[in-house]
Amino acid sequence: MTRSVIELPVSADDRRIARLAALAIGLTLAEAAIPSPVPGVKPGLANIVILLVLLQHGWRAAAWVSTLRVLAGGLLLGSLLAPGFWLSAAGAFVSLAVLALARHLPGRYFGPVSLSVLAAFGHIGGQLALAGWWLLPGAALLKLLPVFAAAALIFGAVNGVIVARLLARPAPSGRQSATCIPPSIPSP
Amino acid sequence: MLRAGDVGVLLAGTGLVIGLAVFAWGGERGDTAVIRAAGQVVKTTALTHAQTYSVDGPLGATRIEIEPGRARVAADPSPRQLCVKQGWLTQSGQAALCLPNQVSLEIRGRTSAYDTLGY
Repeated sequence: MTRSVIELPVSADDRRIARLAALAIGLTLAEAAIPSPVPGVKPGLANIVILLVLLQHGWRAAAWVSTLRVLAGGLLLGSLLAPGFWLSAAGAFVSLAVLALARHLPGRYFGPVSLSVLAAFGHIGGQLALAGWWLLPGAALLKLLPVFAAAALIFGAVNGVIVARLLARPAPSGRQSATCIPPSIPSP
Repeated sequence: MLRAGDVGVLLAGTGLVIGLAVFAWGGERGDTAVIRAAGQVVKTTALTHAQTYSVDGPLGATRIEIEPGRARVAADPSPRQLCVKQGWLTQSGQAALCLPNQVSLEIRGRTSAYDTLGY
């Protein structure tokens, strides 16, 4: 009888995505501890990571990190397959779709702030669309729409500025946490 | 850090938020004025052109002024002048009541905000 060994080759890409997803999940968990006056109004700190991944490693990697974040975040917060999880998934899905289109905007005029604001609107739009269609059909959500939109605008802009600053800074060297440098490039 | 398009996106986002706020929180503008004296409707008129009405009550004449899209109680013999101080009414469901003189002015729109109002 021969022993069969199933080997799943792990590429450098996989490791990088796992590392970045872990970062995004950490931010999701930290954010869950922040009290919020209206459920659903959150800074969306994990989107900073998603945006950085999008700008440095492309849309596929960003989609992976986002999907892993939603899944593992739901698992760790105990909301997997609960309504909150589906809202989060709908928001992430629409946000990724928006980013897939928005990243083709000319980079000369549209920087990370544009992408972040558009993604934030996509996020809240996806969540509210699902909530309005499934959880709270009726006009109740309509009255809160401006609050959510204003939060998306403000937090999207702030996150975008953070991303722009992180990108403008030279990559930190010689540190374990320098996740954004692909392993193929040796750090000095 | 901010590029030209970013400013445009931020402005468009601000516009969207303001538009949503007006859409969700702004009431419906009224298009009809209903004037009552002693509980009876004495005049129902559209808010289309400027006109004034004088309605007689127990204390004297209440003068109601109507302009396109708005209406107000311009003068009233009531001692505290509450209905006059309310100023122009524009939204559906708004009302100015001159209780001592038993005259009221109410604005109505296509849909009424309330089923009934008891004064």
